[in-house]
Amino acid sequence: MFFRKKEADAAPSVAPGAGTAGTVPVSMTVNGRAVSADIDPRTLLVQFIRENQRLTGTHVGCDTSQCGACVVHLDGRAAKSCTVLAATCDGAKITTIEGLAKDGKLHPMQEAFREHHGLQCGYCTPGMIMAAVDIVNRKGGNIDEATIRHELEGNICRCTGYHNIVAAIRAGAAAMGGMRQAAE
Amino acid sequence: MYAFQYHRPQSVADAAKLLASNSEAKLLAGGHTLLPTMKQRLAAPKAIVDLARIAELKGIDKKGNALVIGAMTTHAEVADSAIVRSAIAGLAEVAAVIGDPHVRHRGTIGGSVANNDPAADYPAALLALGATIATNKREIKADDFFKGLFTTALQDGEIIARISFPVPAKFGYAKFPNPASRYALVGVAVAQTGSGVRVAVTGAGKDGVFRHTAAEAALGKGWSAQALSGLTTDANLMMSDIHADAAYRAHLVGVMARRAVA
Repeated sequence: MFFRKKEADAAPSVAPGAGTAGTVPVSMTVNGRAVSADIDPRTLLVQFIRENQRLTGTHVGCDTSQCGACVVHLDGRAAKSCTVLAATCDGAKITTIEGLAKDGKLHPMQEAFREHHGLQCGYCTPGMIMAAVDIVNRKGGNIDEATIRHELEGNICRCTGYHNIVAAIRAGAAAMGGMRQAAE
Repeated sequence: MYAFQYHRPQSVADAAKLLASNSEAKLLAGGHTLLPTMKQRLAAPKAIVDLARIAELKGIDKKGNALVIGAMTTHAEVADSAIVRSAIAGLAEVAAVIGDPHVRHRGTIGGSVANNDPAADYPAALLALGATIATNKREIKADDFFKGLFTTALQDGEIIARISFPVPAKFGYAKFPNPASRYALVGVAVAQTGSGVRVAVTGAGKDGVFRHTAAEAALGKGWSAQALSGLTTDANLMMSDIHADAAYRAHLVGVMARRAVA
């Protein structure tokens, strides 16, 4: 659903100081791994992640910065990767849904979504979980239902009615808070 | 999206040079309006000058009696800033109700002001607070800056550097958001400033953000929601669309103005 028809577009022109054949060089860290590529300047961050890095956990739902299926962490903050140029992210640190689990163990927020069945079809789930982790990073582990629902304004789920998602985030937030305390 | 040349300058001076040499170039700030517009092919700039690397465009500072915010400061940074909260708490609230959390992490004050969307929040705040927009070439008063739908006093090659807000005695903003887009169906900003009461309305006017002189006169006599109880707004000057007709918007202006004062 997300392939460009390159032949329909005007031939890209070369920007002075950019890479060859109208490309622009980018280097960034994706899930702790340093990656570099020469890309078409039009490449969106989500395209770079999915098509260049082959990390297809990040989804494209609306492609109009409304639904939140494409949320990743860009320098530690949740962002809609369908509305950021990959070229802008040169030098940035990106975390995708694939970067959350450590040593074969699910992240506590992933575990909470499984435990509370915070999904039905699963399409919005990567964005929901990345948004949820971002909420806890900003608001802490002790967050109430109203806060969670308000903070989820940028993520749309067409299946669940949000009930289990909110329950999952509450549990995941508590688990993340507990982990933090244990680490301190 | 049509093809474009991509530039990421390190300084305002370099960005200005790139603009001067590319008449069809566009500045990219947070990109949350420009990129969707380019995807829809409603905009097709030949070149993009990305401001993301320019450190001098970022930051929040209190200088004398003014709050100064760099153009590339994000909505989230303004909403979370202790400096903004202590100087003009209501301005942090304006930033906190723009879009959603992810949008606020990317969208910038300079981008919002330069775009002058008729339903954006910041234009009302700037106009009510009597802010000054500083570009790489000059300073422009908010009263002279917003020129109608998506139109500003910015000239070709001009780059917003920062926005300066004189600290008011009082400031409030109330917004009736479109529940889907979070843009203002009607947003009203009220301020008690050194130059009197100023009231600015966004989301409602046919010609974009405007000052509500009747509301200003009423609040000048007494700063209370009650003072606005007889306020009327000319529906002929209001936008009308599937979300709200002109009469409803005119009514909401009064409701939001009273909430903004309260």
